[in-house]
Amino acid sequence: MGAGHSHRLYRHGHSPVHALPPHTKLAAVLAFVIVVVSTPREAMWAFGAYAVLLAAVAYAARVPAGFLLKRLLIEVPFVAFAVLLPFVAEGERVDVLGLSLSVNGLWGAWNVLAKGTLGVAASVLLAATTELRELLHGLQRLRLPPLLVQIASFMVRYGDVITDEMRRMRIARESRGFEARGTRHWGVLAKSAGALFIRSYERGERVHLAMVSRGYTGVVPVIDEVAASRAQWSYALALPCAALVVCLLGWTL
Amino acid sequence: MHAPDGFIDVPVSAAAGVLAAGAIAVSLRGARRELDDTARPGASGGAERTAPLAGLVAAFIFAVQMLNFPVAAGTSGHLLGGALAAILVGPYTGVLCVSVVLMLQSVLFADGGLTALGVNITTMAITTTVVAYALFRGLVKVLPRSRRSVTAASFVAALVSVPASAVVFTLLYTVGGTTDVSIGKVATAMVGVHVLIGLGEAAITALTVGAVIAVRPDLVHGARGLGQKLKLRVNGELVDAPETAEPVPAAARSPRKVWIAGLVTSLVLAGFVSFYASANPDGLEKVAADHGIDKQAEEHAVADSPLADYGVKDVDDARLSGGLAGVIGVGVTVVAGTGVFWAVRRRRAADERAEDTSPAGTSV
Repeated sequence: MGAGHSHRLYRHGHSPVHALPPHTKLAAVLAFVIVVVSTPREAMWAFGAYAVLLAAVAYAARVPAGFLLKRLLIEVPFVAFAVLLPFVAEGERVDVLGLSLSVNGLWGAWNVLAKGTLGVAASVLLAATTELRELLHGLQRLRLPPLLVQIASFMVRYGDVITDEMRRMRIARESRGFEARGTRHWGVLAKSAGALFIRSYERGERVHLAMVSRGYTGVVPVIDEVAASRAQWSYALALPCAALVVCLLGWTL
Repeated sequence: MHAPDGFIDVPVSAAAGVLAAGAIAVSLRGARRELDDTARPGASGGAERTAPLAGLVAAFIFAVQMLNFPVAAGTSGHLLGGALAAILVGPYTGVLCVSVVLMLQSVLFADGGLTALGVNITTMAITTTVVAYALFRGLVKVLPRSRRSVTAASFVAALVSVPASAVVFTLLYTVGGTTDVSIGKVATAMVGVHVLIGLGEAAITALTVGAVIAVRPDLVHGARGLGQKLKLRVNGELVDAPETAEPVPAAARSPRKVWIAGLVTSLVLAGFVSFYASANPDGLEKVAADHGIDKQAEEHAVADSPLADYGVKDVDDARLSGGLAGVIGVGVTVVAGTGVFWAVRRRRAADERAEDTSPAGTSV
C-alpha cells in the first residue's frame, strides 16, 4: 500500500518533466486543454501547432511515440461517433467520393477528433510522467477540498485490493464450474457484486478503526511538502502560454 | 458515454463545471451526515469516518464497473453504478463516489476530457443519483414496507435514471453542442439506446440490492426502516410471536408477479412510449433513403403482413397504429415465448417424474 505502487500509465523516468512539481503540471495541462477547446475549428493549422507542442513535451519527457500512440486508443469510441457525424448532421451537403456529406458535420467531426485527441494526449503525458501519489498531492495543492482528495486517495489505494477481491471471487466461481453465458446467470453475478459491496464496506470500517487507533483525526498530515519555485512554474506554464499564442493567432488570422 | 474534450462548447462546459463543483460541495457536507448515521451504536462516529468509507465505496463502484454481465452470445454490458450507489449508501455519498471515480478516470486514464469533467459529472453522477434516489424514496413510501418493494423500487429507480441522464446530456448538447445535428435525432438515439441500457442496469441493480438486503439489511441506506423492524423482532422474540411469524425469506418470489410486471412494463413501453416516439425514419433508414441505398433493398418477405413496418394496416393515425403494433407485437412474443417455455418445462417435469425413483419428500 502506498509508495512502491504505481499505476499502469506511469512510466518511470528522470526527465525534466518528471521532476516538475505535480501541481504545476496539473495546472499546465488544464490550461492547455482549455486553450485547445476554445480555439476556432476553422484554424486547422493551429491544431497542428498544438500537436507539435505536445510532441516537444513528449520528447523532453522521453516518452516514446509508440507508448503515447498506444494509450491514445482509449478514444476509439469517439472516433466511431465522429465518423457518423457527417452523415447525420444538418445543413448544406457536399459530394465526396459519391457520398453526400454534411459540411457542418464534417467540421463537427474534425472538431471532436482534433480537440478530443489533443486532450487525451495531454492527459496521457501527465499520467505518464507523474506518480499517482504525487498527482493526488498536486490536486490538494490546487485547493481541491482535502476531504475529496482523501476519498480519491483511498479509492486509489484500495482500488487494486477490491479489484483483486473481485478477481478471486471470479476464480472461485469458475473453479466450481460456473460460466456466465446469458441473462439467466445475472443472479449469481449480482450476488457476487452484493458480497463485494459488503466486503468493501466492512473493510472500510476496519480501515477506519485501524486509522483511528493510530491517531487519525480526519486529516492526513503532508510530510513531504513540495513548493514550486518561480522557475518551475514558468517552465511548466511554457506549454499553455505557447498554446495561447497559437490560439490568439488562430482567432485573428 | 464519457464525453471528450471539444464535444460541448466552452461556456456550457464551464457552467456544468460550476454546477458540479456546487453539487460536490453540498455532497461533502451531506456525506458526513450519511456515513455518520449508518454508524452502528458501538462505533465512534465522526467526520473522520467519511474518507475511508466513501473511498472504499468509490473503489467498489470502480471495480463493479468492470464486472461483465453477458447479454447474449458475444455481447455483454456493465453497471454504471449511480443508482446502486444512491440506494446502498445514500444520495450524497453516491454523488461523491461516482464523481471521484469520474475524476480519476479523466485524470489517470484519460477517459473523458478534462474540460468535459463538469458535463460528465452532471450527467453521470448527479443526474443518475438524484433521479434514482428521489424515485426510490417516493416508491418506498408508497409501496408496503417489505424487502420486495425495496427491490422493486430499486428496479424502477435504476430503469429511469439511465435515460434521465441521457435526457440531461441531450439538453446540454442542445445548448452547447458543437455540431448542429437535429436535436430530435440526438434525443431519439440517446434515449432509445439508454432505455435498453437502463433495463440491464435496472435488473442488475435490483438483484444486487436484493442480495445485500438478504445478508446485511443494515448496510442498505434505502432500507433503514426495515432494519428497525427487524431489530424489534430480535429483542422480543418470545413476546412478538405473531410479528415473528411473518416470514422473511431471501428469494422465493412468485414468478407470476414478475411475469405480470414484465408484461405490463413491455405493454406500456410498446404502446404508450412508441405513441410519442418520432414517426420519422431512424438514422440508418434515413441515410439509406438519402443515398438511394434502399432502392435495391428487397421487400421483406412479410412486408404484406398486417404488422409490416410496425404499423397496423387499416389504422390511419401513424402514432396510434405504431402503438397498436407495439402492443400486438409484445402480445405475440409473450404468447410464443410462454408457449415454448411451458412446453419445455412440461417435458422436463415429465422426464424427472420418469427418472425419479426416490421416496417422496425430495420433490422441489
